[in-house]
Amino acid sequence: MRVLVSFITGATFGVGLLVSGMTNTDKVQGWLDIFGNWDPTLAFVMGGAIVPMAIAWQLTKSRKPVYADSFPAPPEPRIGRNLVIGSTLFGIGWGLAGLCPGPAVASLLFGGIGGIAFMIAMLAGMAIAPRVRTHLDQYETAS
Amino acid sequence: MHIDWIYGLIGGAIIGIAGAIFLLFNARIMGASGIIGGLVDGSGKSDWQERAALVAGLLFVPGIAAFATGGAQTNVTGNLVVVVAAGLLVGVGTRLANGCTSGHGVCGISRLSLRGIVATGFYIGAGGLTVVIFKHVLGVI
Repeated sequence: MRVLVSFITGATFGVGLLVSGMTNTDKVQGWLDIFGNWDPTLAFVMGGAIVPMAIAWQLTKSRKPVYADSFPAPPEPRIGRNLVIGSTLFGIGWGLAGLCPGPAVASLLFGGIGGIAFMIAMLAGMAIAPRVRTHLDQYETAS
Repeated sequence: MHIDWIYGLIGGAIIGIAGAIFLLFNARIMGASGIIGGLVDGSGKSDWQERAALVAGLLFVPGIAAFATGGAQTNVTGNLVVVVAAGLLVGVGTRLANGCTSGHGVCGISRLSLRGIVATGFYIGAGGLTVVIFKHVLGVI
């Protein structure tokens, strides 16, 4: 059942991305472009998504998950260097192409060669990320 | 902007419902970069079937829906140097930060996670600055 739930989650997520217009890189870059013809859509998408998620988080306080033993514990509140460096690198890439991981998968079948090239590069980046992390951690220990 | 914001709101709610289903049924956080990254670097070997099923739904269902409704525009730039650089940055960055727009943004902010809020601030700031520099100053994108 967990596998089926996962498939339904991915399918619903993908339909939401398509309906919201987030598979259209013009809308993402248009939202980031505060000095251009600013497009507010992404703010509505974020707002619309956060409401059901906030309700779900509330429900986790009084219930048990259906197909698991317990809900994920709150993450450590530590703001580490990897979080800041990683998010900054991600933001630069997101601004350059207008794609982040979810929409990149959702639009892969109709995004043309550009979308496919982005996906291959993203997977390569994910593959080398553990090595980059180790390198950064060593640097931190040394300094 | 026409009625795009209404589609944004409805689509956003559908995304949020997807995340709510994943959390309430499987007790998992719907973060695209973590789910894909775990398949790529081997850290998600123990539950690879769940990860693969989510990716399959995310890939095929909107793909089929787009074809069924006459195609959808992605407007990805044809500049391969830009898309490859962007893809590498997104891949490395999201894994270093342990999350992207869905994990830190949607799932993190909705539980008022400080990490999610800080991460979102940095990637939106960096993304906005990148668009300003590469579009308005350099004219590359």
